[in-house]
Amino acid sequence: MILRDIVTQLDLQVLAGEGALDQEVTGGYIADLLSCVMAGAQPGQLWFTLQTHLNIVAVASLVGVAAIVITEAAAVGPETINRAAGEGVVLLRSAEPTFETVMKLARLL
Amino acid sequence: MTQQFSLFARMGKDLPASVLQELMFELRVSRVMTSTPITISSQQLMEDVKTLMRDHRFSGIPVVDDGELVGIVSVQDLIHAFEEQALDAPVQRFMTPRDRLITVMVEEPVFEALKRLEQTGVGRLLVLDAERHLVGMLTKGDIVAGLLHALEAAYHREEELERQRHPRRFFEALVSDETSLVMRYRVRANDFASGGRASAQLKQALLQMGAAPQLARRVAIATYEAEINLIIHTLDGGYIVAEIRPERIIVVAHDMGPGIANVELARKVGYSTASPLAREMGFGAGMGLTNIERCTDELNIWSAVGVGTRVEMIFNVTEDGARAPVEHS
Repeated sequence: MILRDIVTQLDLQVLAGEGALDQEVTGGYIADLLSCVMAGAQPGQLWFTLQTHLNIVAVASLVGVAAIVITEAAAVGPETINRAAGEGVVLLRSAEPTFETVMKLARLL
Repeated sequence: MTQQFSLFARMGKDLPASVLQELMFELRVSRVMTSTPITISSQQLMEDVKTLMRDHRFSGIPVVDDGELVGIVSVQDLIHAFEEQALDAPVQRFMTPRDRLITVMVEEPVFEALKRLEQTGVGRLLVLDAERHLVGMLTKGDIVAGLLHALEAAYHREEELERQRHPRRFFEALVSDETSLVMRYRVRANDFASGGRASAQLKQALLQMGAAPQLARRVAIATYEAEINLIIHTLDGGYIVAEIRPERIIVVAHDMGPGIANVELARKVGYSTASPLAREMGFGAGMGLTNIERCTDELNIWSAVGVGTRVEMIFNVTEDGARAPVEHS
């Protein structure tokens, strides 16, 4: 499924990477431990997390995930947003908790 | 001109004639013609033809009345007008009329246009669309320029494909008994904001050198973990040194302390001495060294308390970038 459609259906806020929404999403990965993400997340997946600091951009970029989805409307600092925009990493935010957000995604995929 | 010469120099004799032939069939007239040429009406004077040809260095100008192509006037026609001292005569008197025009359709292959130019000996073809309206002009010069342009594009495509097929090509051009490239990165303690910079830059460099994406990814993940370790655990940061050889990549992370008391314990999944702050940020899961081990073909850790730590990660370069199968003893 195309990322842009998921953004619409899940009512996600696009914080960065507006220009890269036309990619295919293959699945998802949920973790707040960065090493888990490095080990387990696959290119093309959505990464759901509550972490909002700068390093999530590096991790997302190295793993090649389709987008980072910050859940529970967590506050994201401008440094993280700017870094994501600079590196072409898609940064999304959901107003709902991870479980609800992922349930909706599961119905779509 | 320089560009054209370098193009020929690079292609040398390797370019098969068939590539040129294919291009001449593939390339349409529309891609190489001069669009919307300047025209003149049949009632304008040969004097005007002289001015246009002088100012624009044209050798032929299409004659168009009310949007309809009615002829073409060439340098030869202008010479005739000079000979007859009739520069005040209308274009109509000297032009080649419509029924004798040599034309080509806009979507015909360049090959057809070239054939027509050869057969008729004219200097230019008038390009018509399906409704037989004039849409452009085509000279041999246009065709040569268009072909060169297309060749250049085809050459770059070929070069790119070639590069992707041969990850080691980069090194073949450099001659020595043993060639390697060394990239060095400084990593500062507690500089979480820069975490991942070295590994991202190394990954990018590997991809640019034509490494298989899977290899670049393995190296990037292992290097990232080592980089984060330098940020979280060291007193004074350290260095990441990547040595890239044609057949293997060796990444070394080294620091000046504090050193690991029990390396065996540190390699166990879940074991971590990370600070609460680092854990809060999602580091310190005790998976770093496990991740590194999973991505490398060989991992050597040397450490002494009060001296420092040296983590050596070795990756074999394989065709698909996958980790070499583990040997069972």
